[in-house]
Amino acid sequence: MLAHLTVAELAEKLQKKEVSAREAALAALEQIEALDRKIKAYITVTADEALAAADAVDARRSKGEKLGPLAGVPMALKDNLCTKGVPTTCASKLLENFIPPYDATVVERLRQAGAVMLGKTNLDEFAMGSSTENSAFFTTRNPWDTARVPGGSSGGSAAAVAADEAYFALGTDTGGSIRQPAAFCGVVGLKPTYGRVSRFGAVAFASSLDQIGPMTKDVRDCALVLNVIAGLDERDSTSADVEVSDYTAFLEEDIRRMKLGIPKEYFAAGVNSEVKAAVRKAIDLLVSLGAEAEEISLPHTEYGIPVYYLIAPAEASSNLARFDGVRYGFRAEADNLLDMYRKTRSQGLGSEVKRRIMLGTYALSSGYYDAYYLKAQKVRTLIKNDFDRAFAKYDVLVTPTTPTVAFQVGSVSDLLTMYLNDILTIGANLAGLPAVSVPCGFAGGLPVGLQFIGKPFAEGTILRAAYAYEQNSGLRKSKPPIAAGGERHE
Amino acid sequence: MKITQEEVAHVAMLARLELNAGEMEEIAGQLNDILEYVDKLNRLDTTDVPPTMHVLPLANVFREDEPRPCLSREEVLANAPEAEDGMFRIPPVIE
Repeated sequence: MLAHLTVAELAEKLQKKEVSAREAALAALEQIEALDRKIKAYITVTADEALAAADAVDARRSKGEKLGPLAGVPMALKDNLCTKGVPTTCASKLLENFIPPYDATVVERLRQAGAVMLGKTNLDEFAMGSSTENSAFFTTRNPWDTARVPGGSSGGSAAAVAADEAYFALGTDTGGSIRQPAAFCGVVGLKPTYGRVSRFGAVAFASSLDQIGPMTKDVRDCALVLNVIAGLDERDSTSADVEVSDYTAFLEEDIRRMKLGIPKEYFAAGVNSEVKAAVRKAIDLLVSLGAEAEEISLPHTEYGIPVYYLIAPAEASSNLARFDGVRYGFRAEADNLLDMYRKTRSQGLGSEVKRRIMLGTYALSSGYYDAYYLKAQKVRTLIKNDFDRAFAKYDVLVTPTTPTVAFQVGSVSDLLTMYLNDILTIGANLAGLPAVSVPCGFAGGLPVGLQFIGKPFAEGTILRAAYAYEQNSGLRKSKPPIAAGGERHE
Repeated sequence: MKITQEEVAHVAMLARLELNAGEMEEIAGQLNDILEYVDKLNRLDTTDVPPTMHVLPLANVFREDEPRPCLSREEVLANAPEAEDGMFRIPPVIE
């Protein structure tokens, strides 16, 4: 079945004209048609636009024109990435009818590379959450067990890729929002180094932490997509002027003598024992391939969550001030401006978003700034220093991506328990480091994620380690039964 | 209690949110839980630690101030809840 193919496999068939871009798009649209009533990965499906874009690629190919590396490959975008002429809702009632007049830089680059957009995927409202349960519209389901969450906030993108409803997708990651759903859904998810990918056109949540990244069926695809979206962009002054490598060139190198640091705090009490066992087994495999693993300590790990839940809401409270009912989005009726602001925001935003705006506003308010926000920024330095020390000696850190496997929809009602989901992913955001999650087996039939964290701009190194693991684990392209169709894959 | 309902009302005004009594009480409780939890940061002595505002060693990024093509007025106003004469229309600010 065509929809099962990876980006690399599909691109090759497209180049050889064994399949057309139209056929590739139709296969994904058929999969959406068959499964998305159960999975609910998509907020918007742009079938007509997708077929028109696919036909355009086919026409150019038949004329022998030079095409981009992703020409004719259908993909999905998280619905907080601006798409010209296509609604971008952030899964919020406030932006339900917002139609951006421009494309995000990543969207522009994907279009230039020939990728075909299938639609926009579900998320926790404004990317605030770990399950998609905070979406104002509906909760996405995990393709491995539809009673469970796909993780979040990029849960729609993860579920779409896992269920072959897209050949790849983009997500955004502020505290783990690419890696945690990738782990829960058994796909590959990369948060690049802060500044590696332009954030222009991504609706901002916490600007010093947000990054856009690929969510793919395997590690090679992750490298292929990163090749297209990475690089300096004058419209994002925090995008880095650092050369973009061909990330696929790193994959085949072996990992002999690669120094792996295993931070003991990432295997602490809160981490499920089956998850730990799967990750330990993965580390043994890496060692058998010639890597050298040593236990290390990142002593400030436990402070990651409190730092994050001050910095992220503080930045969010400032970023979300723009949703005031004046220039776009929902507006509530009121007879003066102040009431209009307050009613618009109160009626348009969901409870988790309001809670974080309140927390952030409080942490930034006069009299509390030093005690909360500044204190958090200082502890952020200590967390970053832990990583700097580790990377003076080690090439890559290896950890579980999440403390548990995917949980049941509606089962986590306590806020702090939900926030603790991010404990193993937040460090990379606070320190700005690249990190990738790769499937490393199952616990109770549900996927477990293995996380590789690297030095700044060392995406090539973590992808190499992830690729070496994936090639030797026998787990590449494991499919959830719901998406496997009549055909067993590998 | 770290934060009183009165403070919650003040913060809601700063954040331009309007919360009803039930929401006010709920959020006050939740904020207190979260603030108690983040209190563990005070176990660390950070007197001589500089804050990390940003992870990249970037200074200001400048470019020449040249006019360039930008969105048209129609495109900018297309999403406006209310527009008139090429401008955003808002409710009265002054009585």
